[in-house]
Formats: sequence, structure tokens, C-alpha cells
Amino acid sequence: MSVNAISEYHAEPKDRVENFNGMQLLYVYWPKHLMFCAPFALLVAPDMTFGAFVDELLKPAAAGHPDSEKADFLNAQWLLNGEAFTPDPAATLIDSGIDHKSMLTVTTPGLEGIRGSAS
Amino acid sequence: MAIKNKKLNLKDKYQYLTRDMAWEPTYQKKEDIYPDEQFEGIKITDWSQWEDPFRLTMDAYWKYQAEKEKKLYAIFDAFAQNNGHQNITDARYVNALKLFLSGVSPLEYAAFQGYARVGRQFSGAGARVACQLQAIDELRHSQTQQHAMSHYNKHFNGLHDAAHQHDRIWFLSVPKSFFDDARSAGPFEFLTAISFSFEYVLTNLLFVPFMSGAAYNGDMATVTFGFSAQSDEARHMTLGLEVIKFILEQHEDNVPIIQRWIDKWFWRGFRLLSLVGMMMDYMLPNKVMSWAEAWEVYYEQNGGALFKDLERYGIRPPKYQDVANAAKNHVSHQAWGTFYQYSQATNFHTWMPEEEEMTWLSEKYPETFDKYYRARFEHWDKEQKEGRRFYNNTLPQLCQVCQIPVIFTEKDDPSVFSHRQIKHEGERYHFCSDGCCDIFKNEPEKYIQAWLPVHQIYQGNCGGADVATVVEKYYHINLGVDNMEYHGSPDHQRWLDIKGLKPLQSNSEKKTAA
Repeated sequence: MSVNAISEYHAEPKDRVENFNGMQLLYVYWPKHLMFCAPFALLVAPDMTFGAFVDELLKPAAAGHPDSEKADFLNAQWLLNGEAFTPDPAATLIDSGIDHKSMLTVTTPGLEGIRGSAS
Repeated sequence: MAIKNKKLNLKDKYQYLTRDMAWEPTYQKKEDIYPDEQFEGIKITDWSQWEDPFRLTMDAYWKYQAEKEKKLYAIFDAFAQNNGHQNITDARYVNALKLFLSGVSPLEYAAFQGYARVGRQFSGAGARVACQLQAIDELRHSQTQQHAMSHYNKHFNGLHDAAHQHDRIWFLSVPKSFFDDARSAGPFEFLTAISFSFEYVLTNLLFVPFMSGAAYNGDMATVTFGFSAQSDEARHMTLGLEVIKFILEQHEDNVPIIQRWIDKWFWRGFRLLSLVGMMMDYMLPNKVMSWAEAWEVYYEQNGGALFKDLERYGIRPPKYQDVANAAKNHVSHQAWGTFYQYSQATNFHTWMPEEEEMTWLSEKYPETFDKYYRARFEHWDKEQKEGRRFYNNTLPQLCQVCQIPVIFTEKDDPSVFSHRQIKHEGERYHFCSDGCCDIFKNEPEKYIQAWLPVHQIYQGNCGGADVATVVEKYYHINLGVDNMEYHGSPDHQRWLDIKGLKPLQSNSEKKTAA
């Protein structure tokens, strides 16, 4: 469906990748760790390697959680936009198929959040 | 001319001062005079069927409201002279006022603008007059709320720039975008959104909690505002129901359109009320009732009766009502956890509940609080007491429609976020729920333009690249004075001084605000 308007209605998306000055958005959800109240929204360089993304962005973002030291993110189970995904630490994000506003979900088996409450 | 009876009866007066002020145009086409009335597809066959149950006219309105306002301001004066702020239960309560002043009072102003517009756009004189009077109500409410709370601005931090903050602070885009969505719709959708879904179905969940909250916590200024606005709210609610019945009775083609709007605006309203839920359960030192109890009384029971009544028009209860009903046991905890961890970017303080409050939450939420939320709250409490107060330093993913971070969980599994995503014309979009995703799919062009605060910060449109710069320069929040942890804050310190309690053993004194 489309907007029911009094005249022709045209709109531009506000969050096109061109508006991010060479960067792109990446969202990361760490299930069973809902102490972080929502998935993270990160600003990333598309040519950043996956390994650098984990070390330089994901680990600091997750650092406030007691499980973070035990989390082995690179060897965890990953989903990219809902599909199974095997990360290559040496590949760039964009070459890994991670485009603007993609969503990564990383499950760390055995880590169930604070006192096992998925927090 | 001889006048037989100087005093007109109510019915005649209403006729003279509303319907008789209108006329049938002869040298302009009606469609040209009221161009916004057609495009939504709503069919009105006979505007004279419009009934105003209050038969309100401008002369009576003026007189009555002036009387009320005179009394209201006398009480505000007395409150200020008697240092009424010293009689509240606890300074934590003032944070509920900061939320109200920056989140709700600007909505009253937005409602004023909306009703002033639709008060011009309907070709029926009765509807125009009712909307014009409501526009004045909304303007008065915005104004009197600000006056009721201005006394607190002299004694506590964070109340200094609510209107500016409403347009900029990340979470205030939630109420702001709600009203922008309604005001940018056609006149009939605006009335369905605001008069019916918001004023009639959900307003008790906004006003009763805030005004009873004020009464339970010794805030005479705000309580008095509440009493003063009560008769207006009753009129708005009645109008909301009359509006929907009128539209439904006019033509059967209106039914599916109205149903889609009810589905949309129920969901948008429900999401918006998450803010009220956390206020009730976490920000009131003396609690009125739990959010879940309020939802049961004001939505499940009252709303249930309403939708039963509307069944004969072919209207069913709103879509995803079951999701909303199940969420009553979760949303307040999820919302407070969110504000707690992003308190470096809010215009008020946050804190962890005290032990007896935790017990109250366990009792009120036997199925959910201990199982899903207590562990994280106790962890944060411990961290804070050991000097490592938790703040989340990474920005959250926002829902494209309601603009709330994607914090809500699945109805059938509260340990999983209810995240949804779709691709539209090559772009990816993310949502907090099926409810918001459906709203997007119905009118994608409207929501692809959403001004999402997190994305705007990352695009460099909010004055700086780091949180401190955005918060101080763009939001006008005094970082660490107006916001962050309550314990040890200048507000907390001032409250202890007022109550003659011993000062805190902390380094907060140097941060005492001007």
C-alpha cells in the first residue's frame, strides 16, 4: 500500500548509506544478554575487517557485561540478516556481505546472562 | 423588535452559535473550500447528524474556563508561597515531572495545532466548532501544565528547556513522532488517532497515573492542574466516541478504513504509553497501582466493553491487542532498564529500586519480575554501590516506526527481542514488533523519512560525534547535573538539605548546580 495523500506523494529515505560520510550502520544483537536493552547500533567503515570489528567495536560495546570476558565471539554462532553466517576475520565487512543497516546476531553457547536470566 | 425571552435555552443557543454561523456556499464549490475532506476515502452523507453531547458554545466556554483558571492560579500562587516542593514524598518524584514536562506538555501543544487545523477542514459546522474548542483546551493545558511545574524549576535541575528538548532528545522523538504522524494525516485519521484512540481509549492510562501519582506524592500544583483539566478531558473523551460512531454510521465503506486506523493508533498509543508504565512502577516513591493493574482496569476492562459496544458497527478489537495485553507484565521493566543505562543522555535522573520497592515489584509481577528482571537490577545496584555505575556507551537500534529502541520481547518468549526487519526499495528497515512493521508496510513513504535520533547522530547532524557534546550542546542538558544517577546528584543533595538529613559521603558537592 502507499500513503493516501491529497496530491502526489514522494519521499526519500533519510538513512541512505550516502548520508553517512563513507561509513555504514551495523546492528548487533547478543541473545541472552538483555542487560543491553536493545541491539547495538554501530557506525562502521565498510572496509574494516571482521576481526577488527569484533576487537575494536563489539568487545568494547559488550565489555560492561559479566559474561563478556568469557565470550569467544569469533568462534560463536552468527546470523547475518537472519541467515546462517560464517565470519572470516580477515575479510572486510562489505566483502563478507555485510551491507548498510545489516543485522548480525551472535549467540555464545553456554553463556546465559546474569544468573542465567538471559539478562 | 420585541424580545420575548432574553435568555435562550441551551438547545437554541447551541443552534444560533454553531450551526447558524455556517452557510451554504453559492459562488465557490464546497470541495474547494474544504479540500482535505475527500482524499482519505471517508464518506459523510449528512453532517447535520453530528451530535455534540455537550452543546458547548464559545460564550459558555469562555466564562467557565476563566472561572476555573482563576482558581487554578490562586492555588499555584499558594503552592509557591508555601514552598510546596518541600512537601513532596521524595525528590526522585520530580523526575516524573521532568518526563511529563518534556514528553507530554509539548504534545498538548501539538494537539492544539492539530485541532486548530481540523477545526478548519470539516465542512460540518458542528464538528468544526467542537474541534476549535478542543484546540483552545489543548493550548490551555500545555500552558497550565508548564505553569504548574515551573515552581520546581527554581529548586531542581533539568526542567529548564523542555520545549527545545522535546524536538531533539533521542527518546522524546517517541512522543514527538507520534503526534507528527497524526498531524500529517488527513483530518479524519487525525480524529481517529487523537480523539478516539488516544483520548477515548488510552487517555486514562496517561492522566490517571500522572495525576494520581501527583496526589500520592504530595504534589499539590500538579494535582490541581489535573482537577482543572478533568472536565475538559471528559468532554474530549465523549467527543472521541461520538466522532467514531458518527463516521461509522455515515457509510459502511468507512468501516474498513476506520478499522485500519484503530489498529494503527492503538498500537502506536500502546508503545507510547511504555513511558507512563515505567513512570508508575519506578519513578513514583509512593506508588498508586502497578502498570499491569492500570492496563487491566483501563484497557482490558474498559476497552473490552467499548469494543463490544462497537461490534454492531462491524468494528473488532485492535489487531495485536493480545500482544499488548501480555506485554503489561514486561514493558515498564524494559523501559526503566533502558533509561537507566542511557541516563547519560536523558533529561532526568534514574536509579535502581530500593529493596522494598523490589519486593513490591515481585508481588505485582509474580510471573515476570524475579524471573527476567531482578537479576539484572540487582547486578546494576551492586555495581553502583561499588562505584561502577553501569551506563551503556553504545547507541541502541531504534524501531523505524515508534522510534523506541528495539527493547521489547516476544510474547511467547520474553528472553528474546521481538525484532523484525524488511527490505523496501533496496533499503533495510528494522522494527520492534509486527505491529510497527505493519504500520510501515501500509504507508512506507511516510516512515522512510523518519528522523531517527541514533542515525542522525551518526550522520553528524546533532552537533558532535561524542555523547557529551550531543547531550550538552545539542540537547541543552547539563551532563551529570540534570541527569545520570540520582544518588549523589545535586538534586539528591538538595533534598537531603531540605529535609535536614546528613550530607552524603560523596564528591557530589562540587557539582552542585547553579
